[in-house]
Amino acid sequence: MADYEIPKLKEYPVIPVLQPGVSAHLKPYVAKADFQTALNFPGELVENWEQKAIDKIGELKGKYRSLQVFLDSCVKCGACTDKCHYYLGTSDPKNMPVARQDLLRQVYRRYYTFAGKLFGKLGIPGFVGAKEMTREVLDDWYSYYHQCSQCRRCSVYCPYGIDTAEISMAAREIMDSIGVGQKYCNEIIAKVFKIGNNLGLPQPALEDTLLGLEEDVKDATGVDVKFPLDVKGAEILLVTPSADFFAEPHVDGLMGYAKVFHEAGVSWTVSSYASEAANFGMFIGSYENMRKVALRIREAALELGVKRIVFGECGHAWRVAYSFLNTLAGPFDFLDPNYPVPQHICEFTHDLIQKGKLKFDKSANDRRVMTYHDSCNVARASRMGDKPGGQFTIPREIIKAVCNNFYDMPPDTIGEATYCCGGGGGLLTDDLMELRVKGALPRMEALKHVVENNGVTHMAAICAICKSQFTKVIPYYGFKMDQIVSVHQLVSDAIVLTKQ
Amino acid sequence: MNALSWSYVFMFYLAMLILVVGVTRKIIQYARTPAPLKIPTTPAPVTKAGVVWRMATEVVLFNSLFKSNRWIWIFGWMFHFALLLAFLRHLRYVFTPDCLIWPLINNWLVLNAGKYGAYAMLFGLAGLLARRFLVDRVRYISSPSDYLMLILIMGIAGSGTWMSFINHVDIIQLKEFVLGLLTFSPQALPTDGVLLTHLTLVLILMVIFPISKLLHAPGVFFSPTRNQVDNPREQRHIAPWARELETGN
Ligand code: HEM
Ligand code: SF4
Ligand code: SF4
Repeated sequence: MADYEIPKLKEYPVIPVLQPGVSAHLKPYVAKADFQTALNFPGELVENWEQKAIDKIGELKGKYRSLQVFLDSCVKCGACTDKCHYYLGTSDPKNMPVARQDLLRQVYRRYYTFAGKLFGKLGIPGFVGAKEMTREVLDDWYSYYHQCSQCRRCSVYCPYGIDTAEISMAAREIMDSIGVGQKYCNEIIAKVFKIGNNLGLPQPALEDTLLGLEEDVKDATGVDVKFPLDVKGAEILLVTPSADFFAEPHVDGLMGYAKVFHEAGVSWTVSSYASEAANFGMFIGSYENMRKVALRIREAALELGVKRIVFGECGHAWRVAYSFLNTLAGPFDFLDPNYPVPQHICEFTHDLIQKGKLKFDKSANDRRVMTYHDSCNVARASRMGDKPGGQFTIPREIIKAVCNNFYDMPPDTIGEATYCCGGGGGLLTDDLMELRVKGALPRMEALKHVVENNGVTHMAAICAICKSQFTKVIPYYGFKMDQIVSVHQLVSDAIVLTKQ
Repeated sequence: MNALSWSYVFMFYLAMLILVVGVTRKIIQYARTPAPLKIPTTPAPVTKAGVVWRMATEVVLFNSLFKSNRWIWIFGWMFHFALLLAFLRHLRYVFTPDCLIWPLINNWLVLNAGKYGAYAMLFGLAGLLARRFLVDRVRYISSPSDYLMLILIMGIAGSGTWMSFINHVDIIQLKEFVLGLLTFSPQALPTDGVLLTHLTLVLILMVIFPISKLLHAPGVFFSPTRNQVDNPREQRHIAPWARELETGN
């Protein structure tokens, strides 16, 4: 199946012995000039790039307190070294969070600290962990900053909250600024600017797809559940990852949202202009690009005259929506102040369940024994509901309301300690398949645990990337693609449609 | 006053200046640099009071470290707590008995905790140093300066312990020296080898503080993942440079 070794699933997670350089060859394709310039980056490696990269570090650390504080504060205690799924899956020491940070920190220390400058002049910068900016360093950056899914697991365990995601975002922005971007992310962002979504689905295709879904639901239930597109004056604008329009099991989730809206009796619409919840601007650390993508949602909401914005199931999109949307594209004073802006579809559904407004036939899900994968960006970079930790309880309460059988995976692999699926942070591309398979190891071990001990048959997720990644990689570990389901797919299967 | 005393007087003022100016400049830099996005590691507190509590558990108990690695936590916390005790014990060199807080400084508990805490400090430091040598992951991320930092502090703790248990120095004269520094009327320093070693190492520590990873001490308070309130939907958060983008279109 693959020309590399698939990691073995062990009974207990084992911290691997270091194997320096084993994943140095894992690097995604470089973006072509067209896609670089579409994002306002130089098309190819610029002249004098060493100095420009150094200058960019200076610029970014002046704009982001996180970067400045994190570069200074690490004491090399080692607490984070065994926390990254990519290290656990590859054994490459540069995938230990602190070592990944050090790839940038060493250059910062060399050019921006007294100690680094002094020992650099003496010819022994390594004495204080400093290093000159060279081609070799740039190559390491390109490899290892694209082996970080920006999942923030390390930041939970660092005594100063040092978040390697912040460092890898900065590093990607620096590389973009000297003309070395990543093909997958930058092409996608360019597509959003041009067409409105990551997949490049134009309005007519979207319309077709949604009509098709209406027919499917009608055939299966006999009920006219609408999937409206570009409807002016609708109450809710649904912003959902474009994978929801056709990928499996995402689309089953979309049917779930539609049925919930139907039962709630609210009018809603998708916008073809902002037909994408994902915002890959975050992955490349580019505030400007992230903002440009986010502004499309504001424009669509204004144009359609909606009163509320609801986001579909997507992890990093929910981070951008929950944590950043108000900053990037706010204020949203033109929306109904009685609801949080934006709202997560799980908050929406959960609220109706709490009020007893939805009827379920739980036995419809009896063929499934469920577990739930906390997506990293939802778990560690956002919230649902009004209490801290709502992002853990709300999806689980929904699942338990629609399924009879639910078991959690081991506690050190869920909640704030959750392991990334292995494909987040802009790494969900075929050119990184080996990394994706290896990075899924800790989650696969946790899944195996509940499969063997509790007879779990399916794992639910609320992230488009997690769902795509898992369906692709779990076969390598002996599971089946269709063992991955959307949370709202479970809702969809159990909901009793009471309205016509 | 001999030349040796004069040179220590001079070095102390210089080291103090570097320490204070260096750390102040760093704190100003951290405080002035904007945090343009809300990035608390969640679940995070939703109120300011909650953030104060979260920060207190980090600074006092090393809460996140406790979650991540019990060994580092035990060694690290022991070392820092003993450092605090040693600091308190040293206050008696700086304050005089006519001072209001003197009873708080010069009592059985503070003096003994500081004295015996030194063993805990050495034990903690030895544990941290051992990890650096023995655990392959920690060895990989360590530079020579990381080992030297621990050895330096062990040197300070070791020479200090030596003086409090074995080779007592003339602390009356030492106190006069310290008070002399504070009142800008330099006094002679006891010329004891162990004491001079102890003081020299402290001088080195003061000088490297603002240019090394010791910046973690002020840094932790400025870490956005730990000090931000989780309320982005309720309150718009925007940095000055980001606001400029808005007026641009
Ligand atoms: C706000 C005050 C401080 C806090 C919250 C704090 C916290 C920490 C934590 C959590 C660690 C990592 C665990 C460990 O290796 O011990 C650490 C390491 C360290 N701290 Fe502090 N610290 C503070 C002040 C200081 C001060 C004033 C010094 C000055 C001597 C210091 C010296 C060190 C050293 C040398 C290390 C690295 C230990 C190693 O190499 O493993 N800390 N600190
Ligand atoms: S953010 Fe996640 S992927 Fe990146 S270094 Fe930390 S644990 Fe690893
Ligand atoms: S846990 Fe934090 S301070 Fe410790 S080595 Fe990792 S990044 Fe550095």
